[in-house]
Amino acid sequence: MSTHDRRPQYQSTALERASRAFRRTGWRHLVAWVLCAFALLPLVYVLSAALNPHGTLTGSNRLFREVGLDSFHRLLNSDQYPFLTWFKNSLIIGLTTAVLSVFLGALAAYAFSRMRFVGRRPGLLSLVLVQMFPQLLAVVAIFILLTKIGEVIPAIGLNTQAGLIAVYLGAALGVNTYLMYGFFNTVPKDIDEAAKIDGAGHVRIFFTIILRLAAPILAVVSLLSFIASFNDFVIASVVLIDTDKQTLAVGLYRMVSNANYGDWSAFAAGAVVASLPVLVLFLFLQRYIVSGLTSGAVK
Amino acid sequence: MTVRDKAPVTTRTGPLLFKIVMLALVDAGALFAMSILVTKGSYVAFTIMLLATVGINAIYLSKRALPAKYITPGVIFLAVFQVFVIGYTVYIAFTNYSTGHIISKGQAIEALLSQSQSRLPDSAQYPVTVVRDGSDLGFLVTSADGTALVGFADEPLHKVEASYDGAGKAVATSGTTTLSFGDILAVQQDVFDLAIPVSDSAADGTLRTQDGRSAFIYVSDLHYDAATDTLTNTATGVVYTDGGRGSFVDSDGNEILPGWQVAVGWHNFTSALSETSILGPLLRVIVWTLVFATLSVVLTFGLGLGISLLFDQRGMRGRTLYRIIMVLPYAFPAFLGALIWAGMLSKSFGFINQVLLGGAAVPWLTDPTMAKVAVLLVNLWLGFPYMFLVTTGALQAVPEEAVEAARMDGARPWQVMRYVKMPLVLVSTAPILISSFAFNFNNFNIIYLVTGGGPRDVSASIPVGHTDILISLVYKVAFTGQQRDYGLASAFSILIFILVATISIISFRKTKTLEEID
Repeated sequence: MSTHDRRPQYQSTALERASRAFRRTGWRHLVAWVLCAFALLPLVYVLSAALNPHGTLTGSNRLFREVGLDSFHRLLNSDQYPFLTWFKNSLIIGLTTAVLSVFLGALAAYAFSRMRFVGRRPGLLSLVLVQMFPQLLAVVAIFILLTKIGEVIPAIGLNTQAGLIAVYLGAALGVNTYLMYGFFNTVPKDIDEAAKIDGAGHVRIFFTIILRLAAPILAVVSLLSFIASFNDFVIASVVLIDTDKQTLAVGLYRMVSNANYGDWSAFAAGAVVASLPVLVLFLFLQRYIVSGLTSGAVK
Repeated sequence: MTVRDKAPVTTRTGPLLFKIVMLALVDAGALFAMSILVTKGSYVAFTIMLLATVGINAIYLSKRALPAKYITPGVIFLAVFQVFVIGYTVYIAFTNYSTGHIISKGQAIEALLSQSQSRLPDSAQYPVTVVRDGSDLGFLVTSADGTALVGFADEPLHKVEASYDGAGKAVATSGTTTLSFGDILAVQQDVFDLAIPVSDSAADGTLRTQDGRSAFIYVSDLHYDAATDTLTNTATGVVYTDGGRGSFVDSDGNEILPGWQVAVGWHNFTSALSETSILGPLLRVIVWTLVFATLSVVLTFGLGLGISLLFDQRGMRGRTLYRIIMVLPYAFPAFLGALIWAGMLSKSFGFINQVLLGGAAVPWLTDPTMAKVAVLLVNLWLGFPYMFLVTTGALQAVPEEAVEAARMDGARPWQVMRYVKMPLVLVSTAPILISSFAFNFNNFNIIYLVTGGGPRDVSASIPVGHTDILISLVYKVAFTGQQRDYGLASAFSILIFILVATISIISFRKTKTLEEID
């Protein structure tokens, strides 16, 4: 009897508890699932489209209905689209830009952080001011300037990767210098004072002390410049003219500039291959990147 | 003693050698470039190059100027590709640099004279042999006095040693291969199109053949008179004069192209402001640029903040996994995200219409209003993870004591949110909101890769669409279509410079006051 009496009461508390739990966190999960669907939809869709053996956009709508590697095969053996060359170009341009811009930026940041000279403060201020004007605003002038440079020295003019890298270096230096300047300031000066007393010159201090201690921020800044040049469409599309000199951003765009008629699966396969290295690197270094991005504003 | 012992460490020969080798390479490159600049007659560029090279040598050879040694390498790139190009944009904005106005006046006259040529009525017939040098076709000509001349499309006729056949016709010369009759047939059209300049001056005309064996002199119908700076068409008698806008015009104002590059003062600006077919679309683009940038910031910040608050609950399971999923769109290359969305939003074949909306035909990319919604949606997807990361950091940085104190005073949860957490979060994220606005103001990729700026605004005389923002307008005016107008595009760029500078100055002032409140 007593158990009989209690049962409905017990059930009602369980329901209550469940509804209280839902009010506390359950609805949060519900909303979170909707948001996850929004975040993941294009990524799942592109993976499915890449695995779809048929080429069309319509054919890609039934997610994972057919799975095969045909489109990867088509992509890598295409006469029309030199995907691997684009991939190589993007890597070369991105890596060279990343390494050089970080190195040149570190050199300048070292001077601003460790030396006192006339024009130091105005120099730092103008670095910040120049960065207000993104380089792509001057894309027309860059195009004409590179055309003229190419008439004198074809090796660094229009339609060369060296020319494009030089342009990227110009854009990256202000930001990189300023980011690293802030970080170098946090490296205690006592360390280089001690090294100086032991007879180390400024070159040695720079390479063996500052660069060593700043290795994490160097990695993050170079990753950010790599991603920036990897993602750039405007300047790359204007500077690089020949198909086999172009980067992934320009090449993949040309592949689907008319999405209704292009080989959509081959493009999707290209998108998957192209995004994997960036995705992996990003998730791997996520913590550092986020702290680097927000350190300016959120302490 | 100890200091002396260590002294060699700082003056090792390795670094010194490295320095000298690098400097020698830079100087060699500079000398090479300067020698070309002199032969081209570009004395301004030559002077700048010379001063820069001398400056670099002075910095690295001097014992002092230590900071400059570290700063110079980076500053060179910054100076050329970030600072100089801004000034150069201003210069181009005051010229008519565009399709048909690329070259100098002298080159334009040469080009005009080599166009519209007809056979010189009393031209002698020259025996020719078609020869090939690499991929270039050329003529081996036997002149009236029996000497041999060779020339190519980009290389005027000049005397050469040649071997002759029985009839005294030059048939072969070293460095080229002679084409047989069969070879000529294979490249027949190329041979007929060949025009070999007779001399360095275009006025002397060109040699052309119609059978591959003999050639006639062709001269232009136009005659250039340097004294009066006029072109006269000898066939029709029309006289063309320099119209002052970089081209020759007849008395009715009809211009003949190619023209040349010339400074046109404020013409690009006045035409943008006075021609309604440009001004109307331009004003619409400016308004949409501001709306797009503002809404992008508001939407991404709103969603990002909402998600941070959603996960701002201790004991909620799976938060780490949710967070990783939320960050994925940010880690994915943005240009690919934009292209994939463009495919998904396709009206008749895309995933959104066909699957999510069950076969609806929403014109996402082709209707002026829906296209605006579409680019905002895609930008929301690309941008919310960043705002989520930033606001999560800001929320975690809100001091626990402040929240606790508010609770003690009897504040309800939403009051804590509204009066304690929100103000602190807004203050600390304000600079990021401003830089996000500045970024979206020039967010070229999202517009160009999703809609291409379209749908096209047919009432405009420039290539502009309903979702174009200023920077994509600049790109389209300068680099797409038949008529590329670098001057007008640069004038638009300057407009962006002014807008960005104004907005930055205002917002920097505002944030300073925000920081003072903190």
